[in-house]
Amino acid sequence: MPNDPSHTRRELDAMETQLRELRQQMGVKPDPEAQKRVDTLSGLVGDLRHDLESQVETAWQRVKLARHPQRPYFLDYCGYIFDDFSEIHGDRGYADDPAIVCAMARLNGREVLAVGQQKGRNTKDNVLRNFGMPRPEGYRKAIRVMQFAAKFRRPILTFLDTPGAWHGMDAEERGQGEAIARNLREMSRLGVPIVVTVIGEGGSGGALGLGVGNRVLILENAVYSVISPESCAAIVWRDSAQAELAAGALKLTAPDLLSLKLVDEIVPEPHGGAQLDHRATADMLKPVLERHVAELEKMSPQQLIDHRYEKFRRMGQFFESPQAAGGR
Amino acid sequence: MAWFRKEKTPLEAVGEKNVKTEGLWTKCDGCRQIVWKKDLEEGGNVCPKCGYHFRLDARTRLQMLFDGEWTEFDQDLGSSDPLHFVDLKPYPQKLAAARKATGLRDALIAAQGTLASRPVAICSMEIGFIGGSMGAVVGEMIARSIDRCLAGNMPLVIVSASGGARMQEGAISLMQLAKVSGGLARMHERGIPYISVLADPTTGGVTASYAMLGDLNIAEPGALIGFAGPRVIQQTIRQKLPEGFQRSEFLLKKGMLDAIVPRKELKTYIARALDFCCAPTTASVTAS
Ligand SMILES: [Zn+2]
Repeated sequence: MPNDPSHTRRELDAMETQLRELRQQMGVKPDPEAQKRVDTLSGLVGDLRHDLESQVETAWQRVKLARHPQRPYFLDYCGYIFDDFSEIHGDRGYADDPAIVCAMARLNGREVLAVGQQKGRNTKDNVLRNFGMPRPEGYRKAIRVMQFAAKFRRPILTFLDTPGAWHGMDAEERGQGEAIARNLREMSRLGVPIVVTVIGEGGSGGALGLGVGNRVLILENAVYSVISPESCAAIVWRDSAQAELAAGALKLTAPDLLSLKLVDEIVPEPHGGAQLDHRATADMLKPVLERHVAELEKMSPQQLIDHRYEKFRRMGQFFESPQAAGGR
Repeated sequence: MAWFRKEKTPLEAVGEKNVKTEGLWTKCDGCRQIVWKKDLEEGGNVCPKCGYHFRLDARTRLQMLFDGEWTEFDQDLGSSDPLHFVDLKPYPQKLAAARKATGLRDALIAAQGTLASRPVAICSMEIGFIGGSMGAVVGEMIARSIDRCLAGNMPLVIVSASGGARMQEGAISLMQLAKVSGGLARMHERGIPYISVLADPTTGGVTASYAMLGDLNIAEPGALIGFAGPRVIQQTIRQKLPEGFQRSEFLLKKGMLDAIVPRKELKTYIARALDFCCAPTTASVTAS
């Protein structure tokens, strides 16, 4: 993968290490000629680093990082963040959807409910997890279990990572739209803290179906979008190969979403991206989750409901002018 | 805010544009037969030969449902193009063209009037405005309608006709799904009825939000209703979809709709549903 920024970053890291070692070998009184060459090389590596960083800044690089096959998935985080993890299965109506995982968990001794979209790491895993694309029964399981958590006053942590809700005939037949809609309505009336974290791909309504929280956090290289860049490009340019352009136009990166006031906080990732160090990423996320849960726990159930409602009620930008519409 | 009378011309003018293309005849998409446009319009844009339901513009819909006059709200809201979205045409140009074509600021009319003598709020979506897509303005107009319903203890009807969330407003459009659903949760808790009417087509984000959250979800015959559009599903599963897939009749059979109601019975049905949900109005008490 020559265009993979994480790949190039690792090469640059290696070069920098080599240069550092060279300097150490040259000692306190180095040969001026050697010193000059090392300085030039250092400058070159610095420039490359700068170019790379600005490149990564582009939306498309972030989309690729958000979808990186080595990126930590929901269950990877769970292993590092929670002390205990007891899964709860099934929607009690149709099936258990492995694309959404729900569990009773402990966050530093605090009982919480963890709910997340789960991608597969390999082909076999992806067949099971449907590439993290939930079916209606997944959303129905999630809301059932969230209501269970609310009944016993346990905070809910959700983790979004899906290309989108499953676009299959079976999902349509069982009411994919209805399932997501119901979650949006019911999540807004749960009287417990809800902290949402976009950990990878926040794919449209399929992601939002677990996304109504008092706090919405996003990892540095995660994305959240109304449509995939490929589908957007297919509509706009009739060419899904223009996805890079579409990614830029959609303003789907963490900084974009923060400036649009759609997310509350960006959680930093290790240098080069979460895929390089799962544990370090989880270690950065864990205290942020704890902080938000602790803050929200000070609120009463009704305050939490009102707070969540007001938060989403404010989303949206428009102008208001007395000028009559259209031709009237 | 403006008052409209049933007799006034601007209402008819918009209605005519969609159906009266040229001449006195039109070809029915349902039965492929030639029908008189006059017959068509008199029958609420339903084919007199086969019952095919032509699409209705937002204002003609209001005219069909309200008893007489109605008030329109928030017509001064407009999109501020928060993403500075540029594709082949900048988004503001697309908005301007849609405004010119429909006479509306955005893809919805938020109105209030009486339906069978009962005060109701009706939000009517305009499919002719960028595919009836929902961005911040549509979301805000519905949210404000919900606020008025909550304040006045007034039932809400939303007639959906939409291709989904508006791409040009990115994640802001997406969040409108949650925003409106949160408002509907409040109505739900207060026991104020909300009737969702699904017209052709109701797809994408709107289906994953208010269109499916009615105390009753009712659809017009033959309406395309789905979360994913048929083209997207076909691409995903790489096979042809069966005849009638995602049409109202299919959804009813799968248990996803409460009823299919022909256009000419729509008002009566909604009135009947509101009678079921609400205390009798003074008007209906004195009438009976
Ligand atoms: Zn016909």
